[in-house]
Amino acid sequence: MNYASYIALIPLLPLAGFVILGLFGKKPFARSAGVIGTLLIFISTLLALYTAYQYFFVAGKQHGIYPAVKALEFTWLQFSPGLSIDMGLLIDPASVMMLVVVTFVSLMVHIFSIGYMKGEERLSTYYSFLGLFTFSMLGLVLSTNIFQIYIFWELVGVSSFLLIGFYYDRPAAVAAAKKAFIVTRFADLGFLIGILILAFYSGTLDFGTLIQRLTEPGSSALAQLKGYGFIGIPVFSWALALLFIGGAGKSAMFPLHIWLPDAMEGPTPVSALIHAATMVVAGVYLVARLYPVFVLDVPVLQLITWVGVISAFLAAVIACTQTDIKRVLAYSTISQIGYMLFALGLAGYTASLFHLFTHAFFKSLLFLGAGAVIHYIHTNEMGNMGGLRKYMPVTHITFLIACMAIAGIPPFAGFFSKEEILLTAWQNNQPVYYIALLTSGITAFYMFRLYFSIFWNKPLAHNHNHHGEGPWSMKFPLLVLALAAVVVGFIPFAHYISAGQQAAEHTIPISFSIAPVAMALAGIALAYMLYYKQNERPQKLATAMGGLYRLVRQKFYFDELYLFVTKKIIFNGIAKPAAWIDKHLVDGLMNGLGRATTGISERIKAWQSGSVQSYALYFFGGIVALAAVFIYWWTG
Amino acid sequence: MSLSLLIILPLITAVALLLCNGLKPVRVVALTGAVVQLLYSFYVLLMYHNQRVFDGTPMLLQENHVWFAPLNIHYHVGVDGISMAMIMLTAFVTVAGILVSWKIEKLSKEFFFLLTLLSMGAYGFFISLDLFTLFFFLEIAVIPKFLLIGIWGSGRKEYSAMKLALMLMGGSALVFVGLAGLYFSTQTAGGEHTFNMLQIAQLRIPPETQLIFFPFAFVGFGIFTALFPFHTWVPDGHSSAPTAASMFLAGISMKLGGYGCLRVATLLMPDAAHAYSWIIILLATVAIIYGAFATMMQTDLKYINAYSSISHCGFVLLGIGMMTQTAIMGAVLQMVSHGLMTALFFAAIGMLYERTHTREVAQIGGLLKVMPFIATVFVIAGLCSLGLPGLSGFVAEVTVFMGSWENADVWYRLATILACASIVVTAVYILRAMGKVIMGPLQVEGASLQQAGALGDAGWNEKAAAGLLIIGIIAIGVAPFWLTELIKQ
Amino acid sequence: MNIPLTHILFVSTALFFIGMYGLFTRRNLITMLMAIELILNSVNINFVAFNKYLYPDNLNGVFFTLFIIAIAAAEAAVAIAIIINLYRSHRSIDVEDVREMRG
Repeated sequence: MNYASYIALIPLLPLAGFVILGLFGKKPFARSAGVIGTLLIFISTLLALYTAYQYFFVAGKQHGIYPAVKALEFTWLQFSPGLSIDMGLLIDPASVMMLVVVTFVSLMVHIFSIGYMKGEERLSTYYSFLGLFTFSMLGLVLSTNIFQIYIFWELVGVSSFLLIGFYYDRPAAVAAAKKAFIVTRFADLGFLIGILILAFYSGTLDFGTLIQRLTEPGSSALAQLKGYGFIGIPVFSWALALLFIGGAGKSAMFPLHIWLPDAMEGPTPVSALIHAATMVVAGVYLVARLYPVFVLDVPVLQLITWVGVISAFLAAVIACTQTDIKRVLAYSTISQIGYMLFALGLAGYTASLFHLFTHAFFKSLLFLGAGAVIHYIHTNEMGNMGGLRKYMPVTHITFLIACMAIAGIPPFAGFFSKEEILLTAWQNNQPVYYIALLTSGITAFYMFRLYFSIFWNKPLAHNHNHHGEGPWSMKFPLLVLALAAVVVGFIPFAHYISAGQQAAEHTIPISFSIAPVAMALAGIALAYMLYYKQNERPQKLATAMGGLYRLVRQKFYFDELYLFVTKKIIFNGIAKPAAWIDKHLVDGLMNGLGRATTGISERIKAWQSGSVQSYALYFFGGIVALAAVFIYWWTG
Repeated sequence: MSLSLLIILPLITAVALLLCNGLKPVRVVALTGAVVQLLYSFYVLLMYHNQRVFDGTPMLLQENHVWFAPLNIHYHVGVDGISMAMIMLTAFVTVAGILVSWKIEKLSKEFFFLLTLLSMGAYGFFISLDLFTLFFFLEIAVIPKFLLIGIWGSGRKEYSAMKLALMLMGGSALVFVGLAGLYFSTQTAGGEHTFNMLQIAQLRIPPETQLIFFPFAFVGFGIFTALFPFHTWVPDGHSSAPTAASMFLAGISMKLGGYGCLRVATLLMPDAAHAYSWIIILLATVAIIYGAFATMMQTDLKYINAYSSISHCGFVLLGIGMMTQTAIMGAVLQMVSHGLMTALFFAAIGMLYERTHTREVAQIGGLLKVMPFIATVFVIAGLCSLGLPGLSGFVAEVTVFMGSWENADVWYRLATILACASIVVTAVYILRAMGKVIMGPLQVEGASLQQAGALGDAGWNEKAAAGLLIIGIIAIGVAPFWLTELIKQ
Repeated sequence: MNIPLTHILFVSTALFFIGMYGLFTRRNLITMLMAIELILNSVNINFVAFNKYLYPDNLNGVFFTLFIIAIAAAEAAVAIAIIINLYRSHRSIDVEDVREMRG
């Protein structure tokens, strides 16, 4: 079957949007930028849905599995006869799923932005960056090989940088953009080296070939990878761990999570798209892509599990203390991605991707809802909000749905996927299960803390608002996403997407769900007690916790630690000496050579006094000397 | 139509420039010459492409005339894929450089004359197949720089001009020793004394001789391409030079060195190159890492770019030192990419400087607001420098890394990893500069906000110059296959 | 009366060194010029003496002497012109004051 002709259009249309709006955004399309961008992504979304329909329902399974098809492939950069970076479009269940998610959420964000960014001076720039991001993200999910994914990986990174720094005259936004880029760049270094190692031993970059070469029985590439070691650890583990570091950086996993909360300086719809639904799950997607390879190395899987579970827990705890609503959501994103990763680490491939899928909808809904709130009230601070349910009914209801979904209340989407993950944990690693269970309670608590603080609590003190809840362009995406957050949980996900693509359908026993749901309800109840009405209890609780509260409030002092390392150690310890050595030692050597030459010439110069008489004397002396030589010694 | 026209055209332009008077005719003549040259370069590319056969014929479009018979010196030119790439680079940078200096008032005739002369030297260098001719053109490409910096420069221009000229002349002297060594060892290897590169490549110079003369040639050319620790002319020279001269210097001149290291030192003396490769790699790695860290501490935009050039040219040397096919291809890609990128960067810095009259990062900020075009150019150059996919820097660096990794030795791997690590440091210093100068609140030292707000954006000439270079960068970055196809041997 | 050659050579050598001494020690350009004349004359004496004693049949030495006298005259003219010019520009004919050739 030939998908190529239109699938290529799915990423290319947003790219066209980027180019058109980037080049001609100023004059002809300044006003219509939003419409143009949205129209292009709308077509992309339709095509993506059509592709999904074609793939899952028309083409269907072959030999019991959904086949992986390369819709297009060409050589982009040839290294050596066997090794090249190719560009292609890989169609398999995971990529089709991501295709739908990315285009759909992107479309919603495009529509939402029409209202949200109205009157913005650089609207066309905004939409062109959104187009660039969507293109890169689609390229990432459709990648056929590990280097292609790296290329688009970097591109999503830079579009994230551009969008976080969209309000470029705010120093905080600039700092956040830089931080996001540099932290992920650092992680990408691991990714790159991991690629180099894998490519060298397996001789290929292509996902399919790579997996096949490493997993076939008696694989020589695998034997080599496991045979060689560096500092006592097999090269294979190094490669996978380094790849995972790349993924962890992009997915803001502990301890590389510090960039994501700051990234909230970008426009809120951007946070919904990039920092909630799509780019940050790239790390999960990367591990999922190479899942058959990761499975071969148990220590790395354990690393993934524990990084995931620690991130899930710590981020959830931090989220309880934050007062900026977007930061709460950012930490909750980290926490949820932590879930996806430890699910992967515990062989829960389907559960992980299912959670990725549902999370995309309810988390982008939460962000867009937060965007609507911020648009209405012009602040991010929870303390300045309250009682908004009266003024923003649509936002209120949709936000509540999203909160229930993330808290894991049936029958909302998050419930189903989270149950799958918890079940995986229960079956494979009990300690992880208990931490995850506790985390899900905390999740429910901080989400409803957020919900009550925004929509209930104290009545709004000053309402300067004149424009109402927002135009339909903002409400419509909220409603659509809320609908999605309700229904997507019912999709029989395992039927479509599963590890090794062997459908592993199983039902979750009702009894298993009791504990998680009870935890969630307990969390909600606690939040209700503390935040439903304005009262002193939260403050008292915080005081009672004392140092612990401060520690969490300051995000475990990670930022300070990083600042110390970068400012004190790297800047003062490495960069400054390097610059000093260059200026004084290396350049000093060169200048010293110059000075030595000058000095010697100064000495010689003195001989040339300008007085003719001394010249004559030298001349005469020379003659006498020569005469002496010729008369007495050179008689031969 | 012959290859020699590549040298003759700039020569005609230079002579025509001398006959002109006044700024207007001068710049029109200079630009016309450069554009004609660019078109002709495309034509040569086409000819090369058509005549190309993969049967081991190394050089195409050859021309060979006796120049000085007693010493067997020939005027011998020809091109292969690598030189073709360098010729295109030179043509692009020359046009851009002339466009950027459009408004130069001081001694404009002489300025454009020297620029044209420089480009002629570069063209001649890249097409020479005779070592003596090569050296001849190398010298032509050195001397005008001294004048360009000394007369039209800024800051400590006399010092910088002198430093640059002396260090490059020192490099030339070493190169000459190396070339003479090659020339005189051709006889011991069983031939006549010859400067002909093709013949020397066939001869296999005895390894002992190679071991003696390789360091001379390599270090000599290395000085041109900022080989650590002979790189210190780079920051001073670039920062004092006028914009166009900086572009030429970093875009073309430093590539003369890289090309020489590859074509003369490494390919003519392969045994010695193998023997010394660890030293080359060591120095290159030091240059990459240390240049990158030193860049972090710079406060002047031109110094930032100059130091980053040291780091980037380290990749060229690293690729050459690694001696694998892929790594050498990466080195060539990096030369082309760095040439375009750094020329673009210097152009952008020059444009900023012309308007704000300062290059100190601390003194300017938020320029995206008042000069969006220039700011965008700056951002593109910066992103290319930090190796963003879709722009040329990425392609080149990745090819070098892949090629380097083919060496299974642990130390070589370590060098590769360190080189990879430099891309993080690059991101740090590029983003720091970008975040301050382009983004953030508007600020121009010595001007009120109102005055700063009134600063103009790029003129047509600057837009054309930047556009030309950006097209090159994106063309390589988006579709690298045509370039690798061209330089593949 | 037969004077041996060595006597004459002694005179000319003495004359030469007196000229040399004058050239090196005097600071006045005119005196230095005179010292040079002394040196030239010592050479002249040598030429004539060698001619007379060793090759009495030839006149080469005498001719050389004549040439040298002519050249010395021309040289004196040129030198005095230079000295006058120097005096005009430097207001002095002391060699210590003229150091234009200093490196």
